[in-house]
Amino acid sequence: MPEKDDVAISVTGLTKVFGDRKVVDDFDMEVKKGAIYGFLGPNGSGKTTTIRMMCGLLTPDGGAGQCLGLDIVKDSREIKKRVGYMTQKFSLYEDLTIAENLDFVARMFGMAGRKRLVEEAVRDLGLEGRAGQLAGTLSGGWKQRLALAACMIHNPDLLLLDEPTAGVDPKARRDFWDEIRRLAAKGVTVLVSTHYMDEAVQCDHIAYIAYGKKLIDGAAEDIPTTIGLSTYVVKGPDLNALEERLKQEDGAGQVIRFGAELHVSGTDKVALDALAAREANGPYEWQAKKAGLEEAFIYLMAGAKDNFGAPLEEVK
Amino acid sequence: MNRLFSWTRFLGVLIKEFIQMKRDRVTFAMMIGMPVMQLLLFGYAIDTDPHNLPTLVEVADESPVVRSLTAAMDTSDYFDFIGIVTSEAESAEALKDGTATVILTVPPGFERDMIRGLRPEILLTVDASDPVAAGGAIGAMNGVVETAMKQSLTGPLSFAAGSEPPFEMVVHRAFNPSEETSINIVPGLLAVILSMTMILITAVAIVRETEKGTMESLIATPVTAAEVMLGKILPYVFVGYVQTFVFLIAARVLFNVPFSGSFLAFFLGFNLYIIVNLAIGFLVSTVARTQMQAMQLSFFTILPTVLLSGFMFPFSAMPGWAQTIGTAIPATHFLRLVRKVMLKGGGLPEVAGNMMAIVVILVVVVAIALRRYRQTLD
Repeated sequence: MPEKDDVAISVTGLTKVFGDRKVVDDFDMEVKKGAIYGFLGPNGSGKTTTIRMMCGLLTPDGGAGQCLGLDIVKDSREIKKRVGYMTQKFSLYEDLTIAENLDFVARMFGMAGRKRLVEEAVRDLGLEGRAGQLAGTLSGGWKQRLALAACMIHNPDLLLLDEPTAGVDPKARRDFWDEIRRLAAKGVTVLVSTHYMDEAVQCDHIAYIAYGKKLIDGAAEDIPTTIGLSTYVVKGPDLNALEERLKQEDGAGQVIRFGAELHVSGTDKVALDALAAREANGPYEWQAKKAGLEEAFIYLMAGAKDNFGAPLEEVK
Repeated sequence: MNRLFSWTRFLGVLIKEFIQMKRDRVTFAMMIGMPVMQLLLFGYAIDTDPHNLPTLVEVADESPVVRSLTAAMDTSDYFDFIGIVTSEAESAEALKDGTATVILTVPPGFERDMIRGLRPEILLTVDASDPVAAGGAIGAMNGVVETAMKQSLTGPLSFAAGSEPPFEMVVHRAFNPSEETSINIVPGLLAVILSMTMILITAVAIVRETEKGTMESLIATPVTAAEVMLGKILPYVFVGYVQTFVFLIAARVLFNVPFSGSFLAFFLGFNLYIIVNLAIGFLVSTVARTQMQAMQLSFFTILPTVLLSGFMFPFSAMPGWAQTIGTAIPATHFLRLVRKVMLKGGGLPEVAGNMMAIVVILVVVVAIALRRYRQTLD
């Protein structure tokens, strides 16, 4: 594989089998340096396994690739030194203080000037004076920020974040993403898996995974177009009744409630337009809009269920 | 920096482990408190020698011999002479309802037959529902009867005393002349306590990393398996040292257990024993997924250690298959080593065989553990 200067991760044909289950199947991906790359997909779709293979935590059963110019199979130890990996679950020591946790990680990476590094990290977190607090007593949002600080302590070139904001309140999530964007601006490549649409929007690039296969890979804003999704926003009285009725209609592939609106989407634009025209006379206001990421992902997830809910043998 | 082993990383794990140990007050208290508590409990409570067993003498005719028998019983610590009955029915009743646990039946004309050299039989009936107490009673009664005979067969009857006594008696209790159970129990306790704490705490400490998810971020760092294992295990070796030290002091001060053998042999032996138990704990940790499972599996190893190692019951009394199992338990060999060194004044040559046995077990355990560890990484 030719090494390209602007590529942080490049993998082809990545495959991982657990028992008789193909968790990751023939996965290709390229991540540019300095990009924020979003990994989306339902639970159990193989996001975590893929991330682990890319940072050398798991050995792939098939395929090859490189991470920061290093081979993901042979050079996993070298990769670990230059990658920060934040796990889905809080994985620092709850019975160690904030400072002790940071110091421990710094030792693991053999960093020089640990005392200064830890002090800086604590200051950057805004936790001066609380460095002696046990990590287990921090709130969810603070734990995430501490975990992020811990995996940044060795100045990695690549950050792998596995659902970093699961179970964190919106304010803390926003702060977290501000931090991620700051890091990306400094040239750190970020690969992040998430369930949240508002987070997906913040990514430069998005890959959608279901059942170990990559379904879509593209710039965030292009994804609804790639799928070819059209959407109407419907307002009016008694949306519940309308929702039930529309679900029976052919043109309306997907009906989602957004507060006081219904978003009716479909890939068959002609059928959808015809439906809107028929309904236009009723008490509801129909308005065409550009399909957003939110509709696109709900569509993808629903489709994934239909297309890939079958036993794996048939999918292959 | 060395690729495969870095002192920085190793020390990092070691220090972290000590901090965690210090923070976990309950476990820390258990590690230090448990040996002391068990030492006191077992050392003082367990006594396999019978004491004050209620004893009846069933006798048809009173004679000087019977009187000296009852007198000897009274002075003995083992038996509590509660009276004389004259019929078999009475004694059987007493045995049944628990008034007496020991019945000594002296047949009619016992003294006369003895003087004639007919070697009459004395019947000793013991409530054997507690076999340990029964066994002790039989042994002790031999002594009591012999003493009584010696005292009564004097003067004109002394010619009978020279011949074979009416009872065959082989009670040989070398190295523990005062027959104190604690002297035998206490060294054995070291083997059991070390095994218990070392296996349990190592297994739990390692499984904790996996269960809490910290192992995941740990293996995402350049730290190697060797650094993690050594860093995690050494603090518990230290705990083992502390336990042994506490134990030796308690054994000496509280129970007057002698330490008559070679300290070097003891030192090498207990280090070996600590290592083999840590390895077993490590093996347990590769099987268990949660701390709860690790705990249960550890307890699973403790019972055979207590029952089959020769700590509770004599090893030689076990059937062959049980002895085979017992031989595979490290405590069996360490127990012998400690008893040899502490009680019999043994040195390196005497305990070399025990050490070899532990080494063999260690090699097997480590081989299995390493095989399992590789599987669990991926």
